[in-house]
Amino acid sequence: MVDFSVWQILWNLLLAARWTVVLSLIAFVGGSLVGLALLTARLRRWPGVATAVATYVQVFQGTPLLIQLFIAYFGLGLFGINVSAWVAAGVALTLYASAYLTEIWRGCVDAIPRGQWEAADSLALSFGEKLRHVVAPQALRIAVAPTVGFLVQVIKGTALASIIGFIELTKTGGMITNATFRPFTVYACVALMYFALCWPISAWSKRLERKMRRDR
Amino acid sequence: MKERCAVTADNTLSGFSIVDIRQLRKRYGTNEVLKGVDLDVKRGEVIAIIGKSGSGKSTLLRCINGLEEFQEGTLHVDGQPLKHDDAKSMRELRQHVGMIFQGFNLFPHLSVGRNVMLAPSLVKKAAPETNDATARKLLARVGLAEKFDAWPDQLSGGQQQRVAIARALAMQPSVMLCDEITSALDPELVGEVLKVVESLAEEGMTLLMVTHEMNFARKVADRVVFMHAGRIHEIGPPEQIFGSPQTPELQQFLATLH
Repeated sequence: MVDFSVWQILWNLLLAARWTVVLSLIAFVGGSLVGLALLTARLRRWPGVATAVATYVQVFQGTPLLIQLFIAYFGLGLFGINVSAWVAAGVALTLYASAYLTEIWRGCVDAIPRGQWEAADSLALSFGEKLRHVVAPQALRIAVAPTVGFLVQVIKGTALASIIGFIELTKTGGMITNATFRPFTVYACVALMYFALCWPISAWSKRLERKMRRDR
Repeated sequence: MKERCAVTADNTLSGFSIVDIRQLRKRYGTNEVLKGVDLDVKRGEVIAIIGKSGSGKSTLLRCINGLEEFQEGTLHVDGQPLKHDDAKSMRELRQHVGMIFQGFNLFPHLSVGRNVMLAPSLVKKAAPETNDATARKLLARVGLAEKFDAWPDQLSGGQQQRVAIARALAMQPSVMLCDEITSALDPELVGEVLKVVESLAEEGMTLLMVTHEMNFARKVADRVVFMHAGRIHEIGPPEQIFGSPQTPELQQFLATLH
């Protein structure tokens, strides 16, 4: 047994938390880009797109993230593609986040009254102009709360990447526990770290919502 | 207004028609809501479209700027055919056709001034200074000069509708479509909006309006169109439509109003 002080435990967890943050960012940025592309394709009403996107969303919402990570990690290996835990976790979380975000944002866009689209149409605005100047600013305000709520889910969801050997906060917690045999202390610290990541984001989201209401 | 009636009532007289609708048919699934509509509107003409709800009058209006697609027939605005699947030509056509809605549909996230300036700056690439000046002039024209920096939700319904009119005018349309624009207003606010519409008519704007304001239609319209069951059932100058309705359907419709 190695002797770790609480400070050492916290320090090591803090270092590992960097990878949780990076993975969350990859998932969120990647998921936002893919989700936005899917949403735009859907709003353009291209034939077949709505069904395809709906199926995509159903697949990722209907299966556990853990299994998605397994499939990305082990499944691709079957095809001779050797993926690192980094790539597998990044890809799986990006796809997972994109499915949820595209659905969340579609709901926000649907909440904009049809009259807004029609007014923009009758003023000869193009599809891109309608989206950018009329629909997006209004949808964005509605989207803040559910989007941030999901971001927090993603941060906590990255813990599952520890299963495929990705060394982030939870995995590091396990490793330190194995060395110190102080699971309660270690996992309490891990929980604290997740909380320290998520709580400021939620608090910021509330402030942002209030601010947007004030600024219109 | 009345002098023009004599000319426009007979639409075989010469004059370039600004809206030309031929055998227009519109279906929702198997339900046909427009069953072959012909309408020819001359430049500067004021057309009031009346009829029961479900008669197809709003649908007809919404076909003219492509908010509704139709399955058969042709529709020309200013000589240009309406083509639903051609985004560029739709954009071009819509610059000639303004529309005002029952529910105002102002953009709630933009100030009154920016509501008016948005489309000219994007679509017509208007320079900011001239755009600003035009918007202020148009707001003054609808009696809302001092509301330039106000937000839509700070205005009464009548004021919002007048902003919507200014917003549509900012694109300098040749035709204005009005879809029951006073139906959502409190009775005491109807007058201020109709006054603006009347001034448009006096200045020679081509107007097509679906309306329940029969007195207004009688006073301002050159021709009144009575829609019934997806067809133009009767058409003529207001004196004829309101004074001596020919068909039992129109007689019955007018009787229910009193």
